[in-house]
Amino acid sequence: MKKLEGKMIATGGIIGIIAALLVKFGNPVNMGVCVACFFRDIAGGLGLHRAQVVQYLRPEIPGFILGSFGMAKAKGEFKSRGGATPLIRFILGFFLMVGALVFLGCPLRMILRLANGDLNALVGLVGYAAGIAVGIEFLKRGFTLGKSTAQPAASGYTMPVLALGILGLLIAAPAFVFFSESGPGAMKAPMLMSLGAGLLIGAMLQRTRLCTAGGFRDAMLIKDFHYLWGLIGIFVFALAGNLVFNFEAFKLGFAGQPIAHTEHIWNFLGMALAGVTAVLLGGCPLRQTILAGEGDSDAAVTILGLIAGAAFAHNFGLAASANGVPLNGKIAVIIGFIVVLIIGVSVVQHVNRQSIATRSKKEGGASVGI
Amino acid sequence: MEYNLVDARGRSCPEPVIMTKKALDTHSGREHRVLVDSMVAVENIKRYAINQGYSVKVEEQEQEFTLHIKK
Repeated sequence: MKKLEGKMIATGGIIGIIAALLVKFGNPVNMGVCVACFFRDIAGGLGLHRAQVVQYLRPEIPGFILGSFGMAKAKGEFKSRGGATPLIRFILGFFLMVGALVFLGCPLRMILRLANGDLNALVGLVGYAAGIAVGIEFLKRGFTLGKSTAQPAASGYTMPVLALGILGLLIAAPAFVFFSESGPGAMKAPMLMSLGAGLLIGAMLQRTRLCTAGGFRDAMLIKDFHYLWGLIGIFVFALAGNLVFNFEAFKLGFAGQPIAHTEHIWNFLGMALAGVTAVLLGGCPLRQTILAGEGDSDAAVTILGLIAGAAFAHNFGLAASANGVPLNGKIAVIIGFIVVLIIGVSVVQHVNRQSIATRSKKEGGASVGI
Repeated sequence: MEYNLVDARGRSCPEPVIMTKKALDTHSGREHRVLVDSMVAVENIKRYAINQGYSVKVEEQEQEFTLHIKK
């Protein structure tokens, strides 16, 4: 078991150091790697929202997808699968993004912010854990998004092809693609470096299955700390990396943190919404991206939900900024909780109605004689 | 010989582990067979069962796996 823990810490450690290096070479501070922010930037780059400061076709994301795709292919794990309640996944992905953009970052960025002294992320972390605890309660009551089944090859290849398309648009830079001239969207590490980092992380995470939601969930649900070690690795090595490479940017405290606000209740609730949706989805945005590269079209639908959520968040003025959380954002988070609650209760009721399935789940399987 | 069969194919994380946990908690002392169709589920269930003091054998047929779990 010791060997496994070491592997997880090392995986997290590499992500932490890569994140610090990407900041050194141009990515926004505490945003070396942020899955929610990068999907938001891509949504902006494609013109799905017109917030001029967050538009860029971040090559890290296609890197994650293609890295995972390549590794899954090499290991014989690529499998076109899906069809397990896609619409609910889309909606959960949508509100996961709303929660993340009210907090200002996905769970991964939350860890990176914390590793750079941003204590608002600690509030977010408590919220994330609370959201995960709520999600676990639904799981214990039988919440499930059902069974995925084998799908046509075209389905599984969709996300890898889309990833290539995004890279193509980034390189060709046609007039209809938007690139920020100022703000976070204009801060970027060199293209090949970002892509390489994405590919490496994607390949690594395909093997180790690291997931920020899984880390807390498994620790709480089954006392399995396997993935949590990976998160600790990210934190420790991002902290060390920041102190070595970005020492001038390190700052301990709440006020004046880069791309962050100090509205504690909304930092808490934003991440709580991300936590509960991530558990119900079976993985955080990072994990969904990796799964989409492996041919999981349910994860691909979740990603489309994330992108739609990002587009709406900026079109409707829901996303927070350094100035705080706009009223619309607060309302959206509350709507998000109501929707998630309705989905959770509705799914649990549905499961309980299906008596055969329920019996086999509740009683832990069916007896078979041989 | 009787064994307890859990079909967790197609389930996303962490359902296969929860289903296995329920089976192990409910039917102690029996052999369990858990069907899954992804390596992630295999690894997660294996880790969980071994941590609980069980022994696990994995059989693979065409991207589907049967885990044999025994005390």
